[in-house]
Amino acid sequence: MLDVYLNQIVSGVLTGLVYGLSALGLSVIFGVCRIINFAHGEMMVVGMYLALMLFRWAGLDPLLSIPIVGGVLFAAGYALQGGLINRLIGVPEHMQFIMLAALAIVIVSSCLMIFGPDLQNAPLSYAYDSYQIGPILVDKVKIMAGGAALVVAALLAAFFRWTYLGKAIRACGDNLTGAVVIGLNVKRLYALAFGIGAGCIGVAGCILLLLVDVQPYLATDYTLLAFVIVIVGGLGSLAGALIAGVLIGVSEAVAGLLVQPSLKSVFSFALLILVLLLRPQGLFGRQA
Amino acid sequence: MSALSVRHLSKRFRGLQAVNSVSFEVPDRGIVALIGPNGAGKTTTFNLIAGAIRADGGEISLDGLRLDRLPPHRICAAGVARTFQLVRPFGELDVADNVLVGCLHGERDIGRARDAARDILQKLGLWEQRRRLASSLTLPDRKRLEVARALGTRPKILLLDEVMAGLRPVETDQMVAFFRAINRDLGVTILLTEHVMRAVMALAQHIVVLNHGEKIAEGAPQQVVRDPAVLECYLGEEAV
Amino acid sequence: MIRAWLGPIPPRARILLLIVLVLLLAAPWFVDTYVLSVLIIVLYVAYMGQAWNIMMGFAGLLSIGHALYFGIGAYTGAVLYMNFGVSPWIGMIAGGLLAAVAGAIIGALGFRFRITGVYFALLTIAFAEFARILMDNFAYTGASGGFFIKLGDPHAFDLWNLRGSPVMFYYLWLAFVIGALLLCRGLLSSRLGYFWLAIREDQEAAQALGINVFRYKMGAVVLSAALTAVGGVIYAFYNNNLFPATTFNVGRSVEMLLGATIGGVGTLMGPIVGAFILTPMGEGLTILVQPLQQGGLHLDGIKQVFYGLAVIAIVVFQRRGVWPWLARLFHLESRRDDRS
Repeated sequence: MLDVYLNQIVSGVLTGLVYGLSALGLSVIFGVCRIINFAHGEMMVVGMYLALMLFRWAGLDPLLSIPIVGGVLFAAGYALQGGLINRLIGVPEHMQFIMLAALAIVIVSSCLMIFGPDLQNAPLSYAYDSYQIGPILVDKVKIMAGGAALVVAALLAAFFRWTYLGKAIRACGDNLTGAVVIGLNVKRLYALAFGIGAGCIGVAGCILLLLVDVQPYLATDYTLLAFVIVIVGGLGSLAGALIAGVLIGVSEAVAGLLVQPSLKSVFSFALLILVLLLRPQGLFGRQA
Repeated sequence: MSALSVRHLSKRFRGLQAVNSVSFEVPDRGIVALIGPNGAGKTTTFNLIAGAIRADGGEISLDGLRLDRLPPHRICAAGVARTFQLVRPFGELDVADNVLVGCLHGERDIGRARDAARDILQKLGLWEQRRRLASSLTLPDRKRLEVARALGTRPKILLLDEVMAGLRPVETDQMVAFFRAINRDLGVTILLTEHVMRAVMALAQHIVVLNHGEKIAEGAPQQVVRDPAVLECYLGEEAV
Repeated sequence: MIRAWLGPIPPRARILLLIVLVLLLAAPWFVDTYVLSVLIIVLYVAYMGQAWNIMMGFAGLLSIGHALYFGIGAYTGAVLYMNFGVSPWIGMIAGGLLAAVAGAIIGALGFRFRITGVYFALLTIAFAEFARILMDNFAYTGASGGFFIKLGDPHAFDLWNLRGSPVMFYYLWLAFVIGALLLCRGLLSSRLGYFWLAIREDQEAAQALGINVFRYKMGAVVLSAALTAVGGVIYAFYNNNLFPATTFNVGRSVEMLLGATIGGVGTLMGPIVGAFILTPMGEGLTILVQPLQQGGLHLDGIKQVFYGLAVIAIVVFQRRGVWPWLARLFHLESRRDDRS
């Protein structure tokens, strides 16, 4: 019996790392641009479809497509922020929300038009391989996925910690007025931040293709999931996003065992409500 | 007989003791000024009396009624009205409606509230601008609007938080005259914090001086401005 | 702009309103069933938008989880009718009360824990999703398989049990839209309305003027929730089938707030104008797109693309909503010196 739980936990941790990566993207966007990206899941789905196409046309393993997909979504995010979303700074939240929700509709419908509504996946040669480590049986895809997510997250963390650009972006998020005063080009940095966030989300989608089949309407669930993770982990905390991602991944995996699988998200939402009420800055966020 | 009674009021913000056991009385129908250098704790004291923040210790009473544990709207109901240091008009409403909101306090009938508002607007010279959006007024007018709105609640005591800041001397004198008038004619008690000494000397019957959160002097205006402790905190030791 | 609706309506607007009203009343006689069904959707969106607008426009709380109240109303009305033979009108009262309680809980939690803005919106989404997942597994109401109301005679005119033709439902929705409009107008021009405006403008200043912010905000939340639930009952009886996935989902919540947001949050006519713009736009796009689809192009979803783009365009160019702009353009609001 313990084996089953252990397996689920390990599986949950690995999947959770991927969720965490996608939440990272959301966290960067909100932490810096203060925008609630309700088109989050949709961007991730775009990443998935791009990886799918690259697999079909060039035979690229999704993990190898990461730089490409990341780049494309970075560019798209940068353009989006510069062209559209910069106009939304200072606009009331409900307008921001509607705009991004509408964007989400545009993205989903475009995917529907181009790819059709059916579930599609990338049949990898190692899709059915697994490793046996002691009592635990882990799918190879999950290890690859979790590992890739960890690597990307680490690179991102390094970027924000040690590069000038990364620190400049963080400065905008921490103290906008201060950033303006010291001469940072805020609009460009916002666009960069959004681009990085979008790229991150796209990469997460890329990796997710290893684990999940894609269809246009997958998006909504992942948006909500990412929000739960970001809130629980704490907005603006990169480590928090990953750790919360793992937490949610594990809780969903274990919940699937304890109760009906269809109820597994109940735990995530219950956790969200509790965190919002008791510790809105999340586990690792700064005190609001 | 005192209207407002503040006893051993204290407030600490993390490491800083902003207000330290401050006590003073504001006599009924009197005008008292709270002065002191920046950071002395004047606005904190104000916010404590108005209920915007909660005191750590001490008592605040108005005509015997304890105010210090009440929420702001109940404090207003008890007869305390306040203005804000950075004016906060209801920008999307016009001048008349701003004052109307104040007059609707304790008055169910909109018609009667409107009449009361008209009265106040005329007294404060804002009647001509009654249809203008509050956000479009000049600063002095916005300050007057803030006072008008506060008066709408028919207060026993009016708390004025640096209301003269940013006004030209002529405007200051006009405000001083107005406050004297409402104090005399309507019997409104006034407690003000101020940096503009011109207004303080013209208006106050009694001055309380704070420094570093403590009361260092108190008395009639002429006395206080000659008090060495007061001079020292404003001008430094060497000046005394 | 807000004041304009607290005073007399200028002659221009009065005439326009009258014309629109007459057209709407006469509509069933000269439109076909398709257009009638579209009009019903317009009225549904208008009513829901008004209910939502009370919480957002009057109390300043963004709720993206109104589907919760909608679902509570819909299921309560349906279950009471099918399992207990209770008239939907009683169902409206019951559903309204239950939704009011739910709203009160969420509102109180928000205030008590000082959750505002986006965090509050997420809280509302969480509660709605929570309900959706639970209902998906709640056997008594059919779980994810759905709950169905027995179809009545389509030519009947049973107002008590809400069994009848689309025409009956059309007038029902119209009555409710007008009723909601009158209610909001009455509220806005009352003492309560002024307090709501003040709270929306500056909560702290409002408190300093003796306004019990908590009480009035809660009032708006509870009223908004109850009215939404009532709409849910009508919807249930019009549709005759309910599924948690389409009743409690985020999409439903968005549907309810889209019209009000596009039209103009916090205004009286905003939600109604928004509904009249969005729904026909959606249907119009469907019609426009048809020739393309018949031409052999596989374009499932192109309508939504245009729809989404149109919404984005409106948000970008009219951040306050379409109605304030229209009102200014056609001088539909009273001039400021009209009242003494």
